[in-house]
Amino acid sequence: MENKYIYLDNGATTKMKKEVIEAMLPYFDEYFGNASSLYELARLSREAIEKARHDVASVLEVLDKEIYFTSGGTESDNWALKGVAKANLKKGNHIITTSIEHPAINNTLKKLEKEGFEVTYLSVDEKGYISLEELKNSIKAETILISVIAANNEIGTIQKLEQISKIAREAKVLLHIDAVQALGKMKLNLADFDLASFSAHKIHGPKGVGALYIKKGTKIENLLEGGAQENRKRPGTENVAGIVGFAKALEISYNKMAENITKMNKLRNRLVQGITGNIDDVLYNGDLENGLCNNVSLSFKYIEGEAILLMLDREGIAASSGSACASKSLEPSHVLLAIGKKHEDAHGTIRFTLSSETTEDEIDEVIKVMPEIIARLRKMSPLGKEV
Amino acid sequence: MYNEKVLDHFYNPRNMGVIEDANAVGEAGNARCGDIMRLYLKIENGKVKDVKFQTFGCGAAVASTSVGTEMLKGMTIDEAKKLTNAQILEELGGLPSEKIHCSILFEEVLKDALNNYKE
Repeated sequence: MENKYIYLDNGATTKMKKEVIEAMLPYFDEYFGNASSLYELARLSREAIEKARHDVASVLEVLDKEIYFTSGGTESDNWALKGVAKANLKKGNHIITTSIEHPAINNTLKKLEKEGFEVTYLSVDEKGYISLEELKNSIKAETILISVIAANNEIGTIQKLEQISKIAREAKVLLHIDAVQALGKMKLNLADFDLASFSAHKIHGPKGVGALYIKKGTKIENLLEGGAQENRKRPGTENVAGIVGFAKALEISYNKMAENITKMNKLRNRLVQGITGNIDDVLYNGDLENGLCNNVSLSFKYIEGEAILLMLDREGIAASSGSACASKSLEPSHVLLAIGKKHEDAHGTIRFTLSSETTEDEIDEVIKVMPEIIARLRKMSPLGKEV
Repeated sequence: MYNEKVLDHFYNPRNMGVIEDANAVGEAGNARCGDIMRLYLKIENGKVKDVKFQTFGCGAAVASTSVGTEMLKGMTIDEAKKLTNAQILEELGGLPSEKIHCSILFEEVLKDALNNYKE
């Protein structure tokens, strides 16, 4: 791979920071002990985990014991939904969510539906916002949980979390947010929520580790059965190096969060203007003004997303497709259909996701190569404007 | 996910474009599924004298039409009628399983074109 590779798929995963790798390294060999054992080597692992928990909790302004380390966003989402659903069956079997959730939420709820739970999927407007009115009207006596994606992973729309929290609190219904994309890229006030899912590898940390925030007193069953780790709530020998890496990555990301958000916002707007200003028939998906600072979802008419990605790949640019075509299903993204995109426009969608390390030169290079790529593919396509 | 031959056909498509005086034109697929192929054949003396295509779709869809048009050139109508997706796959050196439908779509667009053939 040549060194000028331009990586704009940070929504998929991020490059680990050197400081994160360095913080993790001792816990692979020098301090390899099982944190549950008795001797000093083990105590060092235990201390590292508890320090990491304290650091994460401090940054997120919650109690140490409200942070539970998991294997990542998917496990956290599964645990939040299944754990709350099963622990609150006496109260009811109704769950409310949105129609633009990540598969880790969507497919978990589909499973719960098969087991007898009832799920309401709130519609969204053309920018991806749920209607607070519809949310209010959907709550009934049997509602035990509301689960909302804080910042959408395809179009970057940030839900009106404060108002959603107010509604949930008034109705005395538990509220979970999937904050996997939101973490480190926007201010999160965890006091507003009962549960929140996080993943380390989206913030320049390691893959395979994340956390679930569970507010003190929240009724939740375990997802896994086993040992007494994580306050008897999440068994399994702790991923010490991963947990240390997650805490370090979070610390770094929060250190310069405001500065990074401003920088990414500026580059994101430059990219959107540079592309939409030079190419006809392209639509921005989401809310450019208030959306997540690093997310650019664009629908190019008359062509297909995967073809654009292949062309970009040849230019050394990594992005991702908004269409599910590349992911083994022929249906386009449910998120794009939910915001009212036509099937053919949804198929022509790609997503650029920036990081705090993205440079202006990289953005300008993308702006430079896009018109030629789009023109080439449109020339190949039987679709197009009737001239 | 694609082999080099597939990528070569995608990046350097053969016979891309339109034949204005084609005497057999076919279309298959739809925008809903994310693939549309259009095939233009110029048939003379029972043989495919020229062929061009336009494709809206993924890399596999473009490569399938590109390689298919290469194979079609010079074929008799009978030979063209017998061209199957298996031959397209073989010529491309295979496609990922979820992209096999692209080769089938080429078989469909070819059938459609031959059905529309006006001598």
